[in-house]
Amino acid sequence: MLRYLLEKIFTFVPTFIGVTLISFAFIRVLPGDPIIVMAGERGVTPERYKELQEQFGFDRPMLAQFWDYMNGVLHGDLGTSFVTKKPVWDEFFALFPATLELSICAIIIAIALGIPAGVIAATHRGKFFDRTLMSTALVGYSMPIFWWALLLIIVFSGMLRWTPVSGRIDLLYFFPDVTGFMLIDSLLSGQKGAFASAVSHLVLPSIVLATIPLAVIARQTRSAMLEVLSEDYIRTARAKGLSPFRVNGLHALRNAMIPVITVIGLSVGTLLAGAILTETIFSWPGIGKWMVDSIFRRDYPVVQGGLLLVAVAVMVVNLVVDLLYGLINPKIRKR
Amino acid sequence: MTFRKLLTTTGLLMALAGAASAQQTLVYCSEGSPEGFDPALYTSGTTFDASGQTVYSRLVEFKTGTTEVIPGLAESYEASADGLEYTFHLRPGVKFHTTGFFTPSRDFNADDVIFSFERQLRDDNAYHTVSGGTWEYFAGMSMGDLIKSIEKVDDLTVKFVLNRPEAPFIANLAMDFASIMSAEYADQMLAAGTPEMLNQEPVGTGPFQFVAYQKDAVIRYAKNPSYFRDGLPKVDNLVFAITPDASVRYQKLQAGECHVMPYPNPADIAGMKDNADVVMMEQEGLNVGYMAYNTQVAPFDNPKVRKALNMAMDKQAIIDVVFQGSGQVAKNPIPPTMWSYNDAVQDDAYDPAAAKAMLEAEGVKDLSMKVWAMPVQRPYNPNARRMAELIQEDFSKIGVKVEIVSYEWGEYLDRSKATDRDGAVLLGWTGDNGDPDNFLAVLLGCDGVGGSNRAQWCHQPFEDAIQKAKTVTDAAERTRLYEEAQAIFKDQAPWATIAHSVVFMPMRPEVEGYVVHPLGSHIFTEVGLKQ
Repeated sequence: MLRYLLEKIFTFVPTFIGVTLISFAFIRVLPGDPIIVMAGERGVTPERYKELQEQFGFDRPMLAQFWDYMNGVLHGDLGTSFVTKKPVWDEFFALFPATLELSICAIIIAIALGIPAGVIAATHRGKFFDRTLMSTALVGYSMPIFWWALLLIIVFSGMLRWTPVSGRIDLLYFFPDVTGFMLIDSLLSGQKGAFASAVSHLVLPSIVLATIPLAVIARQTRSAMLEVLSEDYIRTARAKGLSPFRVNGLHALRNAMIPVITVIGLSVGTLLAGAILTETIFSWPGIGKWMVDSIFRRDYPVVQGGLLLVAVAVMVVNLVVDLLYGLINPKIRKR
Repeated sequence: MTFRKLLTTTGLLMALAGAASAQQTLVYCSEGSPEGFDPALYTSGTTFDASGQTVYSRLVEFKTGTTEVIPGLAESYEASADGLEYTFHLRPGVKFHTTGFFTPSRDFNADDVIFSFERQLRDDNAYHTVSGGTWEYFAGMSMGDLIKSIEKVDDLTVKFVLNRPEAPFIANLAMDFASIMSAEYADQMLAAGTPEMLNQEPVGTGPFQFVAYQKDAVIRYAKNPSYFRDGLPKVDNLVFAITPDASVRYQKLQAGECHVMPYPNPADIAGMKDNADVVMMEQEGLNVGYMAYNTQVAPFDNPKVRKALNMAMDKQAIIDVVFQGSGQVAKNPIPPTMWSYNDAVQDDAYDPAAAKAMLEAEGVKDLSMKVWAMPVQRPYNPNARRMAELIQEDFSKIGVKVEIVSYEWGEYLDRSKATDRDGAVLLGWTGDNGDPDNFLAVLLGCDGVGGSNRAQWCHQPFEDAIQKAKTVTDAAERTRLYEEAQAIFKDQAPWATIAHSVVFMPMRPEVEGYVVHPLGSHIFTEVGLKQ
């Protein structure tokens, strides 16, 4: 197992170098100069432009700039935001817990509803439930997130007043960040009602963010289950007189889980992409909006550092997924 | 954060949270996150709202709702006869904020004024390069070239010596970049090796003191109990709930989750006016949206050709479609709320037939031109693409073919400065200090050619008028010169002046005392909540 893990981690190295290079090049290939964007309509004199170029190091050859950046990355320094003047690390770790909390809740909803829905659809193939579920999944998959989010806000927050409109907690509650996870911090604060407020603020954004992964997981579970359910050993299990729950829930589902886990692992990327819109609409202070703002402002260190850290997070999740394969199917581990 | 600091902060926050329930808390759904809390480092209104207009004060300030300059931290000032020296008499007994992270040992004095400007002015100041030190507004207003020295006469008297007379100097000092910082706090942070804290945990003399900022989420302020203007601020706590989406801000306003919101969607405005839970305030913005011809390229070097094109533009249709009624037709390059606005100027009447005849008389046939449409939304132009399409349609009626072009915003700003640029550019401007010089000299002065003067227009009679107006201190004479400059501008038509936008501020009915500020700031010092 350890060897398997080390092999996997070793494959990170080229990916890490690739991501560093791409994130450095990506923002520089885009048209637009950070100094001009910063100056806006006011503009900047050629002398001042030159001064600022020197200050930001843009006057140095591209290769030298890349070397400085790589050198910083290897020493754990991702640079300082041009805009906020704060280290990229500090900004990322101030915001990442919010994105993580939202993503975890969303993936829990997606898994908790998507897998049972897929199993039931597969076992009731062609029937009303299956058709309704699969059509709903298709709608969920194709729905524009911003539209869906606004619809939920208007209905549940505006008309019914069941949930708050946006934010992470009611403004009445006021405590310092300890972990950055609002659910945990609200409990630690000891303030009455804080945890309930944090939960109520999570409901709508989690549902919105969970929508696409939920649809994908449900459809993937259904198709994987259908394949497994036609296998001989399932027929044997049924012939042995095992209950439908044991046949579907244990024998079939366990073997159908490999492609489902792959999809869940890939959903992490989708969650981060979805988080950009979800965070903007629900005023959720996470890394999605932070990254988008930094692209518009051509804030090179934030774009480079943010992309790198997000890529590392996705790689770690995929490593966990690979390890889970091994747990579910020992043949993969032994290979 | 050390354990001790955490405990102190927790205690302070809990005390404030407990007290907040019995106190008045005003919640403002702001449109974005501040870049930092040192207004001299930035240029965005969002940052100024969260720093300059809450935490800090200035020597002189704009009276809320006007561009009139009133005494601030300086009780009075006098200018020398040659306009080269300004002496400020500082208000005694003004306290800097006492916060969880700083306790002042002395009152505000001349050292604070000198520090606040010298950090921007002098390369050898220890704070000159702290937090990136770009000082964009200070540089943009040419303060570095203008200020020769700042001298401390005594603890409560400061003298600014200038290199040349500059009439807008006092208005410049009322701008956010001229906010007064605590030199004592700066020294402490420098000694502690954390000078950047000046930009992260601000200390000022303004109406509200900074309590906490959760990035991209909430900024909390508490009333400054020692604020130098008696009886202000009216609320005990001020909260900025950062809400980037305009539709969500409106939902929050209706749900009572915030009291005031800026920048409503133009499409929501009519509904807001009919909503009993919303009070809508509006005021003409201090801005102008325009289309600048390149006056150095034929046939646009001919004022009659420019004038003919202006006559072919149906500006009222643009206001109706693009601004959805939230704007007014512009005839001058400065907005009507600005002093010296020349109302006697006649706008070019919309008359396509006359425009066509005029073009023909100038020998211009089968004209093709480019119109540049900005890729971003601005108060002075909420939809440049749509505006360009309307202009395209209008110009086609007089036989002028228009090709609409656009670039990424940074590219757009950069390329549109070129003196050999092909085409007319849609752009605009929002005033910084209420002085006509801030529009006329920046956007149409000869120094701006190849830069902020997108018309590449350098016309000597106009230039003479605005340069003279810059150096005379007599208000009546300045007004006369700017009125004359506007008449010359209209005659020469380097731009098609298109629109001045109207600023809308929706708020809850319980909010009282809010005044829409022409310079675009959102100011809560005089705002209260009805019981």
